[in-house]
Amino acid sequence: MIRKKKETKTVNIIEAEQGKSYLQLVWRRFKKSKMGLLGGIIIVILAILSIFAPFFSPHDYMEYDPEKAYCPPQRVRFVDADGKFHWRPFVYDLKLDIDPVTYSRIYVEDTSKILYIRFFANGWNYKILGLHSNLHFFTVEEGSIHLLGTDRYGRDLLGRIFLGGRISLTIALMGAIVTVILGSTLGIISGYYGGVIDTLVQRSIEILQSFPQLPLWMALSAAVPRTWTSLQVFIVMVMIFSFLNWPTLAREIRGKTLSLREQDFITAIKEMGGSDSRIIFKHLFPNCLSHIIVVLTISIPELILMESTLSFLGLGIQPPMVSWGVLLQGAQRIEVLGLYPWVMLPALFIVFAVLGFNFLGDGLRDAADPYSVKRS
Amino acid sequence: MSRYVIQRLLMSIPVLIIISIVVFIVIQLPPGDYMSTVQAQLQSLGGLTEDEAVKVAEQLRHTYGLDKPLYIQYFVWIKNILTKGDFGFSFQYRKPVADVIWERMGWTILIASLCHLVSTLVGIVIGIYSATHQYSIGDNVATFLAFVGLSVPGFFLALIAMYILAVKVGVEAGGLFSQRYILAPWGWGKFLDLLSHIWIPIVIVGFAGTARNMRVMRGNLLDVLNLPYVLTARSKGLKEREVIFKHAVPNALHPLIMYQGMVLPFMIQGELIASTVLNIPTAGPMFLNAINTQDMYLAGSFLLLLAVVLVVGNLLADIVLAWIDPRIRYD
Repeated sequence: MIRKKKETKTVNIIEAEQGKSYLQLVWRRFKKSKMGLLGGIIIVILAILSIFAPFFSPHDYMEYDPEKAYCPPQRVRFVDADGKFHWRPFVYDLKLDIDPVTYSRIYVEDTSKILYIRFFANGWNYKILGLHSNLHFFTVEEGSIHLLGTDRYGRDLLGRIFLGGRISLTIALMGAIVTVILGSTLGIISGYYGGVIDTLVQRSIEILQSFPQLPLWMALSAAVPRTWTSLQVFIVMVMIFSFLNWPTLAREIRGKTLSLREQDFITAIKEMGGSDSRIIFKHLFPNCLSHIIVVLTISIPELILMESTLSFLGLGIQPPMVSWGVLLQGAQRIEVLGLYPWVMLPALFIVFAVLGFNFLGDGLRDAADPYSVKRS
Repeated sequence: MSRYVIQRLLMSIPVLIIISIVVFIVIQLPPGDYMSTVQAQLQSLGGLTEDEAVKVAEQLRHTYGLDKPLYIQYFVWIKNILTKGDFGFSFQYRKPVADVIWERMGWTILIASLCHLVSTLVGIVIGIYSATHQYSIGDNVATFLAFVGLSVPGFFLALIAMYILAVKVGVEAGGLFSQRYILAPWGWGKFLDLLSHIWIPIVIVGFAGTARNMRVMRGNLLDVLNLPYVLTARSKGLKEREVIFKHAVPNALHPLIMYQGMVLPFMIQGELIASTVLNIPTAGPMFLNAINTQDMYLAGSFLLLLAVVLVVGNLLADIVLAWIDPRIRYD
């Protein structure tokens, strides 16, 4: 029933004495958390897929093709309709047909046309990191391959999801970084100097935390003029995110600074004539760093969720910029969902990303303080 | 205790004043106002020339006091709220904001409170189970589900619910009542019809809340179970059930209560999203519409009311905490 907690404290202290660095100790404990590792792997995969989006996309994700509107996802097969096994994976080409019952347009697999999947083959031209290329991870010789189907304009959903990941992940990362900079600076300053500055920061935190976050967020995003370019909207979104998010971190860092300020080593530095900036940047900040990094990882998933919600409601990122939330705008109407359920697929990537960061954050939280006794 | 309550009450007044100012600024931020929307409509649909449309818009602005300086508009708005309970005029619905907002707010708060109740009860029960059966299959499943609950965006859950109910099961999802009951007087039939609709948003919004509560409860209880006094209780030979429910659980509840004040707004947020997706006539779709059409008094009053709910919720949570936990002392 109730297991005894493991006492790892002594071991860690001995190792610390043996000269293992802080990072080594953190890594040692982090390795033990399977979920944390899994989270890290998910994040790295998603990041690679997004950064090299064109490489992993068999079709140009910007190209309209009305002929291919709402194609269903094609199944990758090894066994053809006659039961023959093929060594190379393939998909069947799709042809348009009329549903005998509802008379609506449907796509059926054309079992006479086998499209073999080619790996590391040439396809559409793209530019990445300043390099022109037409090499793709996989593609088909002729016809088209849509593993996750297409949207209403016939654009390949798989490629668009990878492309959307770029914005969704960057906006969350940038938002979290700005949040952390604002929060830790204000927290340390407010805790270290005290007095008027402290009161001012504390009151602002109280007021900001008295707001219902999402509705305020919605109102602020709605205030962004429609004429602005998508880049401007992106920057404003990052600013709104971080402006509303810093108070929690600032409050925690302030508490930490307050307790550090009274400790002997800070007094010693002061006695030796160390300047305020030296104390703040060389001593207080590094001491709060582990906590700051943990907050960074756990505020990213929140931002991903918020961004997708806002963009889904049409208040966030605006097309032609693509984020996962923007992609899901296509899934707003029940008629579309009923006929073309694959337009919901971008949400799965949101779930993966959020789960990944949550797992990672959880693992880091346990590992960030390797000198403590591990809880339960 | 009463001194503490009064002190907290007094402290929330300046906070509310600043909140009302910020709300007013935020709803003024978008370029133009509702009258520019009207002007555009008159020009495109009403066939008026630009000069005529501008004239009409100016007249309307004058009628509703929108041509006055901002600070006067603000004071008039606040004065009317405080003295007459009048939250201004909703341009979109063409009636006072109070008439539009109360019914919808009522539904929103009802649904949010039900979610709150369900997710607290279920979350605590599962949390206790998970903590007392740590690392068992049940605990692992619950922990995994809690992670999923916190990782799935609310609007996606609502979409999936709508998809499953409408397409796979074939029942009508969305709304609060079936067509024939919308205008019907209250009765058993209408009540049952309401129940058959209202559980959908409750489950969707309650899922994330349950996940949160479960994780908090599990963590707290695990911490408490490691404390020496629990060991004492056990070594006295108390039954395991008594140790857990009489000694450990009450103390593990404190952090949960402390964060109760934050929960209602959290639920309201969830409800906003779910009702917007499912098209339930609560405050959600109304607010989204209001900020999109710049129906400023409607949007502003809603934000203000939510902030008041949040401030009051935090206040109540603090008072309840001071009441049940004698260790907390305030001076």
